[in-house]
Amino acid sequence: MTIATYLLGVFSALLTLGVVIEMLRRRRLRERHAVWWLLAGTLALLVGLFPDILGWAASLVGVAVPTNLIFFVSMAVLFLVSIQHSAELTDLETKTRVLAETAALQQLRIEELEKSIRKES
Amino acid sequence: MPSPFDGTLIVMPAFNEEEVVGNVVREVLGTFPGIHCLVVDDGSSDATSAEAAAAGAIVASLPFNLGVGGAMRVGFKYALEHGYANVIQIDSDGQHDPVGVPALIEQLETHDLVLGARFAGEGEYSVRGPRRWAMLMLSSILSRLAGTRLTDTTSGFRASGPRAVRLFAAHYPAEYLGDTVESLVIAARARLTVSQVAVAMRPRAGGRPSHNPFKAAIYLGRAVMALFIALLRPPVILPSEASTR
Repeated sequence: MTIATYLLGVFSALLTLGVVIEMLRRRRLRERHAVWWLLAGTLALLVGLFPDILGWAASLVGVAVPTNLIFFVSMAVLFLVSIQHSAELTDLETKTRVLAETAALQQLRIEELEKSIRKES
Repeated sequence: MPSPFDGTLIVMPAFNEEEVVGNVVREVLGTFPGIHCLVVDDGSSDATSAEAAAAGAIVASLPFNLGVGGAMRVGFKYALEHGYANVIQIDSDGQHDPVGVPALIEQLETHDLVLGARFAGEGEYSVRGPRRWAMLMLSSILSRLAGTRLTDTTSGFRASGPRAVRLFAAHYPAEYLGDTVESLVIAARARLTVSQVAVAMRPRAGGRPSHNPFKAAIYLGRAVMALFIALLRPPVILPSEASTR
């Protein structure tokens, strides 16, 4: 591994972590959504700084080519985040529907109240 | 007839508390005649709203669960719109003894935010293990930030004065643990003065606090994370009196 690829690994991990933390800071990202990205960024940084960890982890779980472990872990993280997003989306759709129902029923109540007030006066 | 409780609103976030919320509201209204009490029904699926209304509380029902922080935001906005100067948050499960309320109000004359602290000598209340470490760590860091000794930073029994009500109506965090930890960080950084008063706590009427060490460890982790992120964020500035809405 050349010094250039080593630096590339470290800097891209730092960039990821930096972006996530800055978005958290500006409230563009909620804690619960940031956890996965923070985890992935930290792992990438560790492997970037100490590439030997990768070989050790690969032999530990019996993966012959260490790079394949990277692909496996990244796909697993992306897969989990994607599932979480689908679940959150479902949740949000339910909530918007409930809000729309509440708004419609309140509109109806207001109109009926206005009608009954007009009748009385 | 003016009473010392004019301009004070009791806010109780309630989630599925039909068994106790009625009695808690009646106790508060009975102990302090003339005080107003707002129950924010946080998307309960039981008769919480009906019980609270029958007991004489003003009830705001959320269409779905928003958590304590979300429910308190409704309370603060209601207080601001209806001209209440102070907001006192009390749990709807009967854990907080309302006799502590006058002490909190008295302290509001000199401070913006007053916490009812469970470990400051009165009443019986104890926690152990990682949950205790989490609480100790939170209190030591938040005490330094607020410039005063705070022993119970996760207390849900607290009083907010006019400045705090204005700040919280706009900036109260709805995140998990945000309502206790991050709200203190926001208040301290907006240069609000914080103080604490010892209050007696009763064991909860229903259910028992969990002592599962695994859950407690997760709580510790989330508390550290909530505090870390709250400290990273830029300070909020107290909105001026004219632009509160």
